[in-house]
Amino acid sequence: MHPFRETFQGIRRAPFLTFLSAAMVALALFVVGLFAVVTYNLHQALRQIEAGVEIVIYLDDHADTDLVDAFRREIAELPGVRAVRHVSREQALEIARRELPEFDLLFTSLDENPLPASFEVELLDGFRDPAAVAQLADAIRPHPAVEDVRYGEAWVERLALLQRIGALATAILGGAFSVIAALIIGTAIRIAIFARREEIHIMRLVGATDGFIQRPFLLEGMITGALGGLLALGLTWGAYSAVTQALFPLTWIPSIWIIGGVSAGILFGLLASTFAVRRHLDEV
Amino acid sequence: MIHFRQVEKVYPKRGPALIDISFDIEPGSWVFLTGHSGSGKTTTLRLLHMAERPSHGEVEVCGFSSRHLRPKKVWQLRRKVGMIFQDYRLLPDRTALENVSFALEVTGEKRRFSLRKSEEILARVGLEAEKNAPVHTLSGGQRQRVAIARAVIHEPALLLADEPTGNMDTRASRGILELFQELNARGMAILMATHDLALTQQNAERRVLELSEGRLVYDSAGGIAPHMTTEEG
Repeated sequence: MHPFRETFQGIRRAPFLTFLSAAMVALALFVVGLFAVVTYNLHQALRQIEAGVEIVIYLDDHADTDLVDAFRREIAELPGVRAVRHVSREQALEIARRELPEFDLLFTSLDENPLPASFEVELLDGFRDPAAVAQLADAIRPHPAVEDVRYGEAWVERLALLQRIGALATAILGGAFSVIAALIIGTAIRIAIFARREEIHIMRLVGATDGFIQRPFLLEGMITGALGGLLALGLTWGAYSAVTQALFPLTWIPSIWIIGGVSAGILFGLLASTFAVRRHLDEV
Repeated sequence: MIHFRQVEKVYPKRGPALIDISFDIEPGSWVFLTGHSGSGKTTTLRLLHMAERPSHGEVEVCGFSSRHLRPKKVWQLRRKVGMIFQDYRLLPDRTALENVSFALEVTGEKRRFSLRKSEEILARVGLEAEKNAPVHTLSGGQRQRVAIARAVIHEPALLLADEPTGNMDTRASRGILELFQELNARGMAILMATHDLALTQQNAERRVLELSEGRLVYDSAGGIAPHMTTEEG
């Protein structure tokens, strides 16, 4: 009971100091929160684009129907393939007319449909990078029913490059923001404990063990971190709502990120308290 | 109980504070430690409380040696030794009762028992009415009594007192000395630092150790030549 009672009495005795520490923790984590929302939405946008990566297999007009059917089954069983959609020559012409209305006159004047039938191959997650797509395309290309295989090689490579740049920027900026947040939280809690260093000294002088002295401070550090984390969550939600309503729609970050952010606040609070109290204990 | 063996304490900036001090104090005895300001009284008490370690020699208190007691285990000594500090070292935003009971709670006693015992000891030092007053609202003499109550609440085997009557009038001082007599009669050893020569003269039967410029210049138990002193204001 002692650590809990001491912790809450400590907060009650100096509520302004606790609030100030929690506010500093909140501001530090708010910056991380904003970064998380931006990163998550960029990531989602890239994933959406990536979901459009597919392989189109143009079929030989003279290929036997049984051969084409067998080929379709073969493709469906290849690793990385989610679905195979058959597009007949007539459907291809229909799609072309719909998507290219400016050439409608040209299409209607044709005596014969020049477009080949095709298979559109949807890919599973993790099989849409340039190497995996190229490998799959190369495996399909030699089949006798195939006229040509296309997957927008240059586009897939540019997308992959964009994703790599995104991941690197996230790691560097996220790491920098996290370090800055950790330093701010550490400083805020150290200031709060510095103000109570005399209390630590006196506790030691009357025979308290290090553990007895530390526990309330560690608990207070964790509570400060949790309060700061929740406050940061509120601020981030406010900023997200404002942007969504006033500018453009955003996707809210997943729960696991929120839990991670608040937990980081608690952990930083705990670690900062541990180091700060230990430092004062060593002075006595 | 206390063994000071060829103890020296040298501060890097201030130079030597204690020079080649040796003395023993038996359990249950009451000894005055006298000397001018800066003679080394407080340093001696700090060494006994293991707030500092000697530069040379050895300090042994209640079986704990300065050579072997690790800083993390100092609490073991401090639960056997009560200390009254010249500057009280109280928690100013807590009440007198909380300050005293806290010293018992750190030893693992239940809060209810600690509070009850603290009330008793505060009544004994004449602070029953002020027990719920925050310490920062009390006078110097009242704070000193809270510090005394805190030092003896866990009935230590040894009480170290640094000028415990320094901020008190004659009547209050007499009350504190009566309390010390009672504690001493119950077997608590007392080492009391004071520059008040009148106090030592009133208690002529007690042993007196006198320090001057960091040296032990007089021990009424014998062995060291008496040293003339002048009373300090």
